[in-house]
Amino acid sequence: MSADRRRWLKGVGASLAGLWLAACDSLTRSKEGRDVLDRVEDLTLRAQRLVLDRKALAREFGPEHVSTNFRPNGSINPGDPAYAAHRDAGFADWRLVVDGLVETPLSLSLAELRALPSRSQITRHDCVEGWSDIAKWTGARLGPLLDQAGLKSDVRFIVFHCADNLGHTEDASGRYYESIDLMDAYHPQTLLAYEMNDQPLPVAHGAPLRLRVERQLGYKQAKYVMRVEAVADFAQIGRGKGGFWEDRGYEWYAGI
Amino acid sequence: MAEKLLVRRHSAVTRITHWINVVVLVALLGSGLQIFNAHAALYWGQKSRFDAPWLAIGREERRGETVGVTRVGGLRLETTGLLGWTGREGARESRAFPAWATIPSWRDLGTGRHWHFLFAWIFVANGLVYWLTGLFGGHIRRDLAPTRADLAPRHVWREIVDHARLRFPEGEAARRYNVLQKLAYLAAVLVLLPLMVATGLTMSPGFNAAAPWMLDLFGGRQSARSIHFICANLIVLFVLAHLVMVLLSGVWNNLRSMITGRYAIEVEPAKGARP
Repeated sequence: MSADRRRWLKGVGASLAGLWLAACDSLTRSKEGRDVLDRVEDLTLRAQRLVLDRKALAREFGPEHVSTNFRPNGSINPGDPAYAAHRDAGFADWRLVVDGLVETPLSLSLAELRALPSRSQITRHDCVEGWSDIAKWTGARLGPLLDQAGLKSDVRFIVFHCADNLGHTEDASGRYYESIDLMDAYHPQTLLAYEMNDQPLPVAHGAPLRLRVERQLGYKQAKYVMRVEAVADFAQIGRGKGGFWEDRGYEWYAGI
Repeated sequence: MAEKLLVRRHSAVTRITHWINVVVLVALLGSGLQIFNAHAALYWGQKSRFDAPWLAIGREERRGETVGVTRVGGLRLETTGLLGWTGREGARESRAFPAWATIPSWRDLGTGRHWHFLFAWIFVANGLVYWLTGLFGGHIRRDLAPTRADLAPRHVWREIVDHARLRFPEGEAARRYNVLQKLAYLAAVLVLLPLMVATGLTMSPGFNAAAPWMLDLFGGRQSARSIHFICANLIVLFVLAHLVMVLLSGVWNNLRSMITGRYAIEVEPAKGARP
């Protein structure tokens, strides 16, 4: 190939690549592009629900698979004064609030949570970034807990309000929160975990209580859960997308 | 005197799915690199052993200078500019794959995932159309499956030598794919592309619950992520080789055949035929 021809080809290649990238970027910024991108999540959710047995369990592992250096992510030590006081007191007076659209709002101590129907499971934790760790989780099953409070008929989602302010804001707008639907809330592996690897949940991993909703990614596993709220929809909470990371561009359905 | 004959080479389905795949694969590659950049290390097994990735891309300080470093097994390569510490000199940033290779160009895992899953759906739909029409319409059996004669070692060797000398089939022989083409295309459409979908799905915690056997098939979620990455690289290599061959074996003829379906071959006119 002559030098001229090679230069010409290179030029065409570089221009095409530049055009393509600019097109992708401006599509991403446009409202129409965003709408299309957002609709894909719905398709993925429907397709997975179609092939996924509602009660199908996430893979459980033997104790030899447990990670020795499970990576803590997001907040690792919330600065909220009320939380810090509870942490320093060993969560002795800490209570979980269960409210929203329920017949009987609850306020439960750790001892009361430990007395509820529980489950232990060694499962994989998959960060949206791509890595995985494995740990043993022990906690109260969410389903029986919700039944104890009694969900009203219009409840569609369960929202978890957390103590950490991952957005590092002065007001509450940076508070972590998450939400799941009732299918996941009543899944047998969905726990409010108070133990990790047979020890009380460490602060870096969400003490005293974190959500385990296996079959979804790490950002759904809300740490430092203070309040469980039953709602008909979550449009009025945070920026309305159903979770801290959802409000910042991630999918509400994190099964993929 | 040889004369030019336009033969029908590619069906409409092949041509349409081919061009859709061009766009889709480029979008999947760019958004895939964006996702990879969120954790630029790969592992074997069910979980990540952070101290023992088999591939890791990052930056290091060396002699007071920042360098991009790519580690593959025991190998350590300095890849400043291209991998790990990327971008133009003076405007380098800490990213595994550079901005020009990712969708979007800025760092945004959430948007990268949106792009990836959108195009993954199109890729699967497009692939199914190609597969079903290829299987039932006979394209795969007729045009891609090698014949017994194709696979004779002497013949395969002959083709390798011819390719190395850039001697391409002419006349009647150019009507069909040669055996190297057949094997390369079959490897891509029957092995690499389906493996991408299967390993991609094996990274989904939701799909894991529906099909836990796929975790066993690939040796765990982190192995599936590694195989996904390796296959993506092999597809890039396949495409590069494909582009080189297209350029060398008559770029306009090849392009026309993938657009209009017509491919020109040169044949000797039969004896007694009109000139």
